Amino acid sequence: MNQIVPAGKRPGTELAAPETQDYVTMFIDGQMFGIQVLTVQDVLGPQKITRIPLAPREVAGSLNLRGRIVTAVDVRLRLGLRNAAEDNKGMSVVVDQNGELYSLMVDQVGEVLSLPAAKFERNPPTLDPMWREFSAGIYRLEDKLMVVLDVGKLLDFKKDE
Amino acid sequence: MDDLLSEFLTETSESLSVLDVELVKLEQNPEPSILQNIFRLVHTIKGTCGFLGLPRLEHVAHASENVLGKFRDGELEVTPTAVTLILQAIDRIKLILGHLEQNECEPEGEDKDLIAKLNDMAEGKTPSVAAPAAEQSFPVAADLLAEVEAAYAAGKKAASDTDVLAEMAKERAKEAAAAAKEAAAAAKEAAAAAAPEPEPEPEAAPSVPVPAASPPAVTKQTEQLTNAAGEPKESAVAAQTIRVNVELLENLMTLVSELVLTRNQLLQMVRGRDDSEFTAPLQRLSHITTDLQEGVMKTRMQPIGNAWAKLPRIVRDLSVEMNKKVDLQMLGAETELDRQVLELIKDPLTHMVRNSADHGLEGPEERKRAGKPEIGKVVLNAYHEGGHIIIEISDDGRGLNLDRIKQKAISSGLASESELETMNPQHIYQFIFKAGFSTAEKVTSVSGRGVGMDVVRTNIEKIGGTVELKSQPGKGSSFVIKIPLTLAIVSALIVECAGERFAIPQISVLELVRVTNNSEHGIENINNAPVLRLRDRLLPLVSLKKLLRLNNGEDQETFIVVTQVGTYTFGIIVDRVFDTEEIVVKPVAPILRHISMFSGNTILGDGSVIMILDPNGIAGATGESSMLGGGQSTEGQVVRDLHGDSKTSLLVFRAGSEDLKAVPLALVARLEEIDVKDVEYSHGKPMVQYRGHLMPLVSIDGATDFRSEGRQPVLVFSDRDHTMGLVVEEIVDIVEDRLKVELSASNPGVIGTAVIAGKATTIIDAGYYLPQAFGDWFGRADKEYGTDEHAAPRILLVDDSPFFRNLLTPLLSVAGYDVVAVEGPDRALALREQGHDFDMIISDIEMPGMSGFEFAQAVRAEGRWQTLPMVALSSHATEKDFERGRQVGFNDYVAKFDRDSLLNTIASTLAALKGAA
Repeated sequence: MNQIVPAGKRPGTELAAPETQDYVTMFIDGQMFGIQVLTVQDVLGPQKITRIPLAPREVAGSLNLRGRIVTAVDVRLRLGLRNAAEDNKGMSVVVDQNGELYSLMVDQVGEVLSLPAAKFERNPPTLDPMWREFSAGIYRLEDKLMVVLDVGKLLDFKKDE
Repeated sequence: MDDLLSEFLTETSESLSVLDVELVKLEQNPEPSILQNIFRLVHTIKGTCGFLGLPRLEHVAHASENVLGKFRDGELEVTPTAVTLILQAIDRIKLILGHLEQNECEPEGEDKDLIAKLNDMAEGKTPSVAAPAAEQSFPVAADLLAEVEAAYAAGKKAASDTDVLAEMAKERAKEAAAAAKEAAAAAKEAAAAAAPEPEPEPEAAPSVPVPAASPPAVTKQTEQLTNAAGEPKESAVAAQTIRVNVELLENLMTLVSELVLTRNQLLQMVRGRDDSEFTAPLQRLSHITTDLQEGVMKTRMQPIGNAWAKLPRIVRDLSVEMNKKVDLQMLGAETELDRQVLELIKDPLTHMVRNSADHGLEGPEERKRAGKPEIGKVVLNAYHEGGHIIIEISDDGRGLNLDRIKQKAISSGLASESELETMNPQHIYQFIFKAGFSTAEKVTSVSGRGVGMDVVRTNIEKIGGTVELKSQPGKGSSFVIKIPLTLAIVSALIVECAGERFAIPQISVLELVRVTNNSEHGIENINNAPVLRLRDRLLPLVSLKKLLRLNNGEDQETFIVVTQVGTYTFGIIVDRVFDTEEIVVKPVAPILRHISMFSGNTILGDGSVIMILDPNGIAGATGESSMLGGGQSTEGQVVRDLHGDSKTSLLVFRAGSEDLKAVPLALVARLEEIDVKDVEYSHGKPMVQYRGHLMPLVSIDGATDFRSEGRQPVLVFSDRDHTMGLVVEEIVDIVEDRLKVELSASNPGVIGTAVIAGKATTIIDAGYYLPQAFGDWFGRADKEYGTDEHAAPRILLVDDSPFFRNLLTPLLSVAGYDVVAVEGPDRALALREQGHDFDMIISDIEMPGMSGFEFAQAVRAEGRWQTLPMVALSSHATEKDFERGRQVGFNDYVAKFDRDSLLNTIASTLAALKGAA
């Protein structure tokens, strides 16, 4: 009855875990964000995206990733930031949320960082309420701060309706 | 081996391995859901082996199911002892199965001991815990030992070795006294010891004369032992087919899609160069890829008939067992279903068909008494509709027993009596979908344990489907399973709007109309609401661009996709129309599910993602949602038919004068040409000998004007043994056209004038000529219909078409009825308010405003006409229409123009009424 635990669900990846955590970093308007590396399926360059009429503004459309339909979400709009500059080509990070694939569109995807739990802090109370909802906490890095994105909440559009 | 048996073996061994695990789980954690699952599995095994004629298996399973049933009802506690007992029963089942696989028959022997224990357990006679635990596992071990001994004996006797036998007996006695664990271990050892035995056997055999059958028997027994002793051998049957995880196929499909895309890219690159050395291998790669893609696609799709293959046998066996006559009709077996869906609905379907045949249908005696044909009908029908796969299971049995469902609902605390009072029957019927709900009076081996309908519902809802249930006391019940197309392949029309492409399910597209400024079709506006004149009708239009708030792009809308949803037909304005494509529909992401305009999305052949429009949603957005109620699926059919056949077949001829005349073809029995020499006269009236009878000849304008010689065309109208010939000059044509009488005439024998095939044509009233030929036509009614005194039965005819009112009124009058014709249900209901009484109502179905179905419901709902017989009259008489008609309260259903059957129906309905009164 030994079950093989899928990689993405391996225990011990919670934020409170004592060892270090691996994050994929990404940037929007110079701000660094992080997503746990194990939730990331793919990193994509610019893609051909099919617009979806009547969809929420933050949903950029859908795209075909090796035969699977991926819904592209513009994280910039989701976080209430201005529209991207025209020349920004854009990259995206594909995550799996309850069996559905979503592509999170950001300005740029950075390297993977291994961060010790000691550098983790909860959201400062002064953080914008919108950001506070999507942020699971902050990491203090040497030269900048990294906001850990809560992908579940980021993709939970029910509350907005 | 019998297909059915081998499938049973495969399935059962799968179920059994699940059972083992589940039972252990249950012991640790007695949750209802686990119990439910176990119960269902055992129930299925029991049910299936009942049909296959495996009494031993069935008895063991039945007894275990009894115990499990007690668990489920909370009458017994789940104790380790009880679970051990069940596990034991399962081991026994495995043992029997092993033998079955080898020999295709059940092994000899009985399971009385085990069954007795199970029954004791079910009755609550739980023996004390410690001792029985040992004792209970013992019989299996003892059995095994006995068999080991037998095997040994048989093997060794041939080699004249009695010592071993004695030793074995001793061993057995010793072991019997020991604890269960040791016994089991010993059995294993013994089995292991016995296993190599067949090898030396052949060597021994030549020296001693042995009966030829002996060695194989030993081998078999030994093998069986090896199995039973817990060294599971790879099942031979299971090895014949490979069960593949659907997820694996899904992955394979993804890979193939990627391969296709890569191939397309490569082709694109090579296309530019003529002399590339890659051309030939690439072509080959391309072919293989296509084949591969098709192959993988095929693995996913299966005709629904596969799930039905077992049903005829099951129904047959059932009918034998229950002594019923059942006719199972299976329609649309070729409808393709996603494999996964198919697997999931297989069991529910089997359950439902079984239920229909077992509970639904009455015995032949009861059927006869109810005036139904002796043979009960169970109809399975599968088809694609409105982007769904619909599976209907209907029977013409007794219908659900409302009172018993009520009782059961009250007794199981699902609803109080007062609550039930306020519910309508159709709602109350839904209780049968609750777990543990069974109204069968006795628990049979077939059904009646309340397993089934709740599982059916759960399974169907798991794949996003719905089950609808309709039941009519005495008329039967029908279940309609609707499975969304999310997993199915559909054909879709690809359209473009504002530079974006969309797919519209082909099934809801009626036609395409191209609109240009100078063509006859142009979009007109009524206060900004676009409409289109389409063949004398106004078609409401929706602009996809506005609907989806797409703004960019020029206004170049040129195509209208005429779409149909339920009864509602409308046009969708799009920019361009591409071709149709077979697509595999995928559900949209959860964050987009609230957009009702889309039913899914898909990936086209070129690799791009495309949204699939949902015609239902679009219709809803245009404010027609109120029309899309529950009866939508049936209504869709009606309307589709209506489109084709508001047309009538008409026989166009010339007679008397030069102008064209026509009569509905259905009224004409035959077309004949008679030789004018054969015309004879009696009392100055022309007639001809025709098929052994005299047939009077009548001409249109009274002035009989036969040709001087040669052959004269005659339209033969026939009614029972009366035949009449209408003499005509020339039969021009048979045309199909919409019959719209525009000018009504005052002269007798003519209904009016209509435009048929582009020409003004006089429509002849055949009913007028019939009495001309026969004097006794009028007097007939009293004799044949046995009406009271001189009061002719009063019939209310409701039909919006003046043509039919004019046609039927004289026809019915001639047949001896007193007819009142009104042009619509509202008028008819007004007559009811005024207190008019009739003996029968004949009503059209398609009428503007209130339809015939609604009219019937209104009549049946209240008032003085509640019990009046009603006959529906319609130009289309498909099985579905009949069903629908019956459900809303029509006693019978007659196709328009079918004069004979109308008269027969009226007569028999009235006669039945009289008989009942």
